[in-house]
Amino acid sequence: MTGMIDVASAGGAPGVHSLWTVAAGAGDKLQAPSIEYGKLSPTLIVLGAAALGVLIDAFAPRRARYGAQLFVALVGLAAAFAAVIGLAASGAGTTEAQIAGMGALAVDGPALFLQGTLLLVGIVGVFTFAERKLEPSAHGSRVDSFAAQPASVPGGEGETQAVKAGWTTTEVFPLLMFAVGGMLLFPAANDLLTLFIALEVFSLPLYLLCALARRRRLLSQEAAVKYFLLGAFSSAFLLFGTALLYGYAGTVSYSGIARVVSGTDAISDPVLAQTAGNDALLLIGGALVVMGLLFKVGAVPFHMWTPDVYQGAPTPVTGFMAAATKVAAFGALLRLLYVVLPGLRWDWRPVMWGVAILTMLAGAIVAITQTDIKRLLAYSSIAHAGFLLAGVIATSKDGISSVLFYLGAYSFVTLGAFAVVTLVRDAGGEATHLSKWAGLGRRSPLLAAVFAVFLLAFAGIPLTSGFAGKFAVFKAAAEGGAGVLVVIGVLASAIAAFFYLRVIVLMFFSEPQADGPSVAVPSVMTTSAIAIGVVVTVVLGVAPQYFLDLAGQAGVFVR
Amino acid sequence: MSFPLLTVTAALPAVGAVATAAVPAARRTAAKWLALLVSLATLVLAAVVLIRFDPDGARYQLTESHAWISDFGVRYELGVDGIGAALMALTALLIPFVIGAGWHDADDADDRADEQANRRWRPTQGFFALILAVEAMVLVSFAATDVFLFYIFFEAMLIPMYFLIGGFGDRAHAAGEEEGAKQRSYAAVKFLLYNLAGGLVMLAAVIGLFVVSADSLGQGTFSLPELLKARASGDLTMATSTERWLFLGFFVAFAIKAPLWPLHTWLPNAMGESTAPVAVLITAVVDKVGTFAMLRFCLGLFPEASSWATPVVLGLALVSVLYGALLAVGQRDIKRLVAYASISHFGFIILGVFAMTSQGQGGATLYMVFHGISTAALMLVAGFLISRRGSRLIADYGGVQKVAPVLAGTFLIGGLATLSLPGLAPFVSEFLVLVGTFERYPVAGIIATVGIILAALYVLVLYQRTMTGPIRRPEIEKMPDLKVREVAVVAPLVALLLFLGVFPKPLTEIVNPAVEHTLSDVQKKDPKPQHPVAEHAGSDDKPAGHGGGDHE
Repeated sequence: MTGMIDVASAGGAPGVHSLWTVAAGAGDKLQAPSIEYGKLSPTLIVLGAAALGVLIDAFAPRRARYGAQLFVALVGLAAAFAAVIGLAASGAGTTEAQIAGMGALAVDGPALFLQGTLLLVGIVGVFTFAERKLEPSAHGSRVDSFAAQPASVPGGEGETQAVKAGWTTTEVFPLLMFAVGGMLLFPAANDLLTLFIALEVFSLPLYLLCALARRRRLLSQEAAVKYFLLGAFSSAFLLFGTALLYGYAGTVSYSGIARVVSGTDAISDPVLAQTAGNDALLLIGGALVVMGLLFKVGAVPFHMWTPDVYQGAPTPVTGFMAAATKVAAFGALLRLLYVVLPGLRWDWRPVMWGVAILTMLAGAIVAITQTDIKRLLAYSSIAHAGFLLAGVIATSKDGISSVLFYLGAYSFVTLGAFAVVTLVRDAGGEATHLSKWAGLGRRSPLLAAVFAVFLLAFAGIPLTSGFAGKFAVFKAAAEGGAGVLVVIGVLASAIAAFFYLRVIVLMFFSEPQADGPSVAVPSVMTTSAIAIGVVVTVVLGVAPQYFLDLAGQAGVFVR
Repeated sequence: MSFPLLTVTAALPAVGAVATAAVPAARRTAAKWLALLVSLATLVLAAVVLIRFDPDGARYQLTESHAWISDFGVRYELGVDGIGAALMALTALLIPFVIGAGWHDADDADDRADEQANRRWRPTQGFFALILAVEAMVLVSFAATDVFLFYIFFEAMLIPMYFLIGGFGDRAHAAGEEEGAKQRSYAAVKFLLYNLAGGLVMLAAVIGLFVVSADSLGQGTFSLPELLKARASGDLTMATSTERWLFLGFFVAFAIKAPLWPLHTWLPNAMGESTAPVAVLITAVVDKVGTFAMLRFCLGLFPEASSWATPVVLGLALVSVLYGALLAVGQRDIKRLVAYASISHFGFIILGVFAMTSQGQGGATLYMVFHGISTAALMLVAGFLISRRGSRLIADYGGVQKVAPVLAGTFLIGGLATLSLPGLAPFVSEFLVLVGTFERYPVAGIIATVGIILAALYVLVLYQRTMTGPIRRPEIEKMPDLKVREVAVVAPLVALLLFLGVFPKPLTEIVNPAVEHTLSDVQKKDPKPQHPVAEHAGSDDKPAGHGGGDHE
């Protein structure tokens, strides 16, 4: 049977097309790649839903798009999440962990844990994307926080007409889905090329999304261009590093490089005779790849894009991006450092020490001077990247699981905090300048209290998820012998606490301004996004054990 | 499984806080009564704790232990020794008075307009809910025998305290409403930053403790009884330098909370700007957690390092005693005067703790309780006085005793208690601390005595300037005397001061065994009497009863 197919497809009738075909050698039959569709189902479902979203936007009537897109996105993410749960329940995260997709992707504990987190973040992100009650309805139709017609020139004729027609940009949903799909691949990538492709798959939609703000469009476009340019740089770094590592090891697969680094595999490829085993290539290549990832993480000194992009992007996008990019990028960084470069531990640890210390301190100190709430949260995210790096440096199983837990805790606080930012508005849209937040506690105590909870979680006050996460990474770092890092982390936390408190002071102890912003009443979408944030923050703070166990079980990479 | 008495005692005010906060905006009075009833019920439970506590029984009693975060080695472990039980009782005792004294503190002056504008803004409910929340957290801190559990509530209580300080101030501020709000929020932020920084330093030490215990015992633990057992049996050993660093991490946090010179500067701001009941909450309740924790954690976990640090700590405590008292003498603001007096008193407490004698530590524990009661009496009456005149400056008063004799009388008793007049409760504890210190460190004992003289100076001068003399200002003439509510708040405190001053025995009996345990942790015995004074005190088995007996 197989023989017949082979003849029909590959061999054909000998001689007929001999000009451009070569008869396959006996052992050289073209093998169909064996893909474990079941193991890769979460990613496939999300990307499928994204493709479906594109079709909807192309063919469905404008009226029906919003509902259909929302439905497809939510169902797709929920189904993918169910698939992750199914995989985890069947032991794919622990005993059955394996490399899938011809060695391109790993299906193991960290990958599944991060994919689950990313999908939940995606669901909450969809909620904030779909909010249509905040902006005043334009000409009778409700609109969201995205530009009516992003292709039109800001302030130009096209835009006026699009606004008048009440158009909305439903493309954001498939873009979001593509981004989520790429992020699902990113921490699971098991060779450097997959890593690069995943990076591009999730970055390009994010660049676009950043440019889509309905208000302050120029700022938004500027943010997108900055993000794109610097992102392109980092992609180039990553790709160049990949090339150098290939030159060193003769392979791009993680485990292959690791074997060459540890000396168990010799390289026999004659083409690479000049470069193979050259330590300079290994060190430079490894450094370049790590730099590419540190850029996405927002670690100092690759953090420059963060405040501008966070500020300029539409706030729902900022929230999603801040949470999800960090999860995906830290997942990839962990895998790279723990699977590919453990043999170089003594080389990269001192460097990462420096990066972690710089990141923690710079993020915390510069945040003090910020006057815009979104920029403030951006610098706070930089400081948090530093805390996370402290856990990464631990190089232990506890280090992995503590970072996983921290990522889960942090992302929901971030989503919730940015969702709150979308609600505080004045005539010009969101009122992000801190002075406008004065006295918010008096105008709407509930919202201010919720935001205070998020800020306290950022600050790492006990009984919030932020504390449990911080304790976990610092504990792992201390056990890994990085006591000094813990002390610096604690100092940075103290500095960071200052500016979180400043916002609380402003909200509760300052008199409200006469022309201050008002708090928009959101639909059930944003309300549930914020509610999920609060619940996760409190539950992970008060009873973190179940989730720590989960992260602990997930703390082993397959190679 | 026995009845979880400690959990219920701590949970009741927490539930009460939520319930109080949920009372609708218009039902302000109902919220107050609800808070008062909850605090009284908590007092009953705390009294049950005190009665059920058997001084001759195990070291930690009424224990509860449940798994909580096993990854961090954290258990939900509660248990009281005599010191904890006494301080829980003090906390539960003071809160009803704090609530009673603050009855009108959170009524918005222009609440009618506000209610129209925003029905969700409920400052009154918030005020009382926050007080109950603080109570709940303090009670857990006194009962926690798990270091991590203690740490969590030690830190978490800062948040409600912060809102109490920053959100509610005196109605009339000398420098005007705007400036008042500014100073208030400055005080709140200063309070929080100091304590948070201390707490974070402690966090590093807590993590260090976990790593050390994980190294020695295989499994990291925070359980105090287990750690003490491992310490005693030699299973848990620490390198000298490690132990000293960890000790410092814990001690700095507690010294900020207590507060000890030179980490004290947040206290005058916080007490000056907050309302009198909140000031009482700070100094009489929350700060006690700091000195309590020194006894329970610093000495218990790091005996070696404690001995190593003793000379410096004693020196700082002496500076606190004198510096606080001297600055109190120079204050022009009544509340700041009480704050500096408190710093002086905390110096005495820390002196007693680190004297490492049974009289010293027993006296320090009593001091915590009695200082709580006496400062509450003084500060609450001062608050009534300030609310009548709308000024905190001493110079704005004079001759009050002519128009408001009851107010002046209770103020005097509170003041005399503060200066440790024999016959009033604080005398017993101060005497014990001095005797205990003198036994081991005669020079320190003598220097500390100067603090008593200065105390007489600042209290009597304060009384003289505010209460006696001619009435110079027309506002004073119209000043009403204490109202029924205010008398109801002050009278029981005064009665307690008198009663415990002559009969402190029940309290000392509960406290002494716990002190003996602590001393055995640090492996110190009372020094052999060498000279007549020490012999006199040291030969007495029940020193506290003796101290009180003098004045019976």
